[in-house]
Amino acid sequence: MESQTVEPLPRGGRKVILQGNEACARAAVYAGCRFFAGYPITPSTEIIEYLSAEMINAGGTFIQMEDEIASACAIVGARWGGKKAMTATSGPGFTLMQETIGFAAVTETPVVIVNVQRGGPSTGQPTMSSQQDIYQVKYGSHGDYEIIALTPSSVQEMYDFTIRAFELSEKFRTPVILLADEVVGHMREKITIYDGERKIRGGHRNYVVSPQEDFYTGGNCLVEGQLHDEEGMRVGHLAEKSGEFIRSISGKILNHIDEIQDVESYFMENADIAILAYGSVSRPALNAVKLAKGIKLSADEKEGKLRFLKKILRRKSAGENPYSHLNVGLIKVNTVWPFPEKEIQRLAAKCRYVFVPEMNAGKYYKEIERCLWGSTVISLPKIGGEIHSPSELMESIAGEVRDNE
Amino acid sequence: MNRLMERYLRRDALPTLFCPGCGNGIVQYAAIAAIDNLGIRPDTACVSGIGCSSWIPCYFNMDVMHTTHGRALAFAQGLKLAQPDKKVLVFTGDGDCLAIGGNHLLHACKRNIDITVILVNNHIYGMTGGQKSPATPESAVTKTSPWGAYDEPIQGAETAMSLGATYVARWTTAHPVQLQKSIEAGIKHKGFSLIEVISQCPTQSGKSVYGSKDPAFIMNYLKESSYVYKEGMDEPQGKIKCGVLIHDNDRSEYIERMEARMNQFRSAKPVKVKNSKEIENTRSVER
Repeated sequence: MESQTVEPLPRGGRKVILQGNEACARAAVYAGCRFFAGYPITPSTEIIEYLSAEMINAGGTFIQMEDEIASACAIVGARWGGKKAMTATSGPGFTLMQETIGFAAVTETPVVIVNVQRGGPSTGQPTMSSQQDIYQVKYGSHGDYEIIALTPSSVQEMYDFTIRAFELSEKFRTPVILLADEVVGHMREKITIYDGERKIRGGHRNYVVSPQEDFYTGGNCLVEGQLHDEEGMRVGHLAEKSGEFIRSISGKILNHIDEIQDVESYFMENADIAILAYGSVSRPALNAVKLAKGIKLSADEKEGKLRFLKKILRRKSAGENPYSHLNVGLIKVNTVWPFPEKEIQRLAAKCRYVFVPEMNAGKYYKEIERCLWGSTVISLPKIGGEIHSPSELMESIAGEVRDNE
Repeated sequence: MNRLMERYLRRDALPTLFCPGCGNGIVQYAAIAAIDNLGIRPDTACVSGIGCSSWIPCYFNMDVMHTTHGRALAFAQGLKLAQPDKKVLVFTGDGDCLAIGGNHLLHACKRNIDITVILVNNHIYGMTGGQKSPATPESAVTKTSPWGAYDEPIQGAETAMSLGATYVARWTTAHPVQLQKSIEAGIKHKGFSLIEVISQCPTQSGKSVYGSKDPAFIMNYLKESSYVYKEGMDEPQGKIKCGVLIHDNDRSEYIERMEARMNQFRSAKPVKVKNSKEIENTRSVER
């Protein structure tokens, strides 16, 4: 799985076994993040723990703030002080940060916010996984704005997408959210990491509505939370200019969707049934596809899945694959927002059925349903904090197809 | 326009949106005069929250961040930590700082981080049209306290002192020169400094707090009903306590404290991350 960083990742690197959260923290240091403000919250705490030491060792600044509101504010302040900045949290903290996410979007501040999702609402399920924040990440703050959100499904992606999050945020001068979940946050895998510091190029003028310089560089810039013009002067009381501003900050993301989007496809060449998944759920979804195709799991996927393997072997020995009549493929969405509508339409053009498994009550499938009017879109929600199993997915898919035909 | 203001204000942003007779202009001039006297214009950034007082720096032709309600101190601390050698000036009001931003004030004071706060206290929410603020005096009739306020008002300066701020002063808009001197001292002070300015809001708090909408009347009243505090004096009751209330150079500043602690370890070896499990030689674990 090659992930699409703006600049290709260097060759080589070290192979290590890391936990997802730590991989994210290391990627931040590698991407040149030199300011971290945070507040401990399960299941993202390992990120703040790791950076409390490593941010200092890397010559950066670390501060544990009084709450998530202050953490989000502090990273925006630090970014205007010229330091790349990040914070990490989970659902309840992410809710508190919404105010500042809106501020960062309006002031075009490039910051990275990691949300390691847990079950909600409210205190919810602190130690269990979910994908319930999929809409909050886009619609959480009030008003019209666009957000970039990346959904990693493995520890390697946690590392790569963190780097990409910094690249995208700097390029488009906008907050970028790494929408991980408890499963990838706490999972340990062998990944490739890099030493040193990556050079990330700063905001391209084409993408910036009101070009502003870092503070203390003589730019005399006005960072204004009210809608403003190119000079930072408020235009909140002027209807036409306000509309223009909103269109500009949304447009810089929506008009460059081709550059931002990252949608992978597996076995989709002739498939007439697609599973569309994002984040950690795309892993059992891929295994479900392999299960239907009778493909053995590759060596590195074996670990920790012995039970599943035995099940397949049992079926193999019995000489039957109950799903062989289903031609299934997988569409894996890595950039859930902005919604890669055209790409999904292209990939799923020939599909009769599109199944959308999610660890929530069924949210993202509504977006899919809206854009794929030629296919039957069926939601496969799972709430309670546990991830779907491949056999469970295939059973539901086989059942739904049987019922529909 | 005044020569000094001419050099420091964004001409195209004028006129200000302050009401006639507002105290903000006095605070604006005092802050600019202090910055100019110290010669720190390129090294100073202003951060403000939401409210009338938070509009003060928006007209400064300097690096200015006009942030969200109550959060100015949180943004300012991030900025200060990113550029520890530079100055950060925070403009905030009684609602912005003492109500919604109270938690940030608590922690910024306790950290004793080197930020200067100018807390413009007009005893009311002026921008939204005259509702009760945490500093509104008891029995004042406002839009949200039609029976007269019955919350005990929060004293900004005393609160900051009790939370550990190391330079605290209070003046009124009738003390512009003293105010400017205090802002200068606050900026020079290494640590958290808060200067509370009791200001008039003729439009909103004029009637509900002072009984008159005439700015000259309110400023006269502020002058007459305040006294300048000197250590060991007999303090008159029911009057506004002005002056430098605390100036403590003994407590260490946050970033200095942080640096000192890091340096203990930097000379030795890097601190290992707790609970970090990196398995370098993957060959032994690969099956």
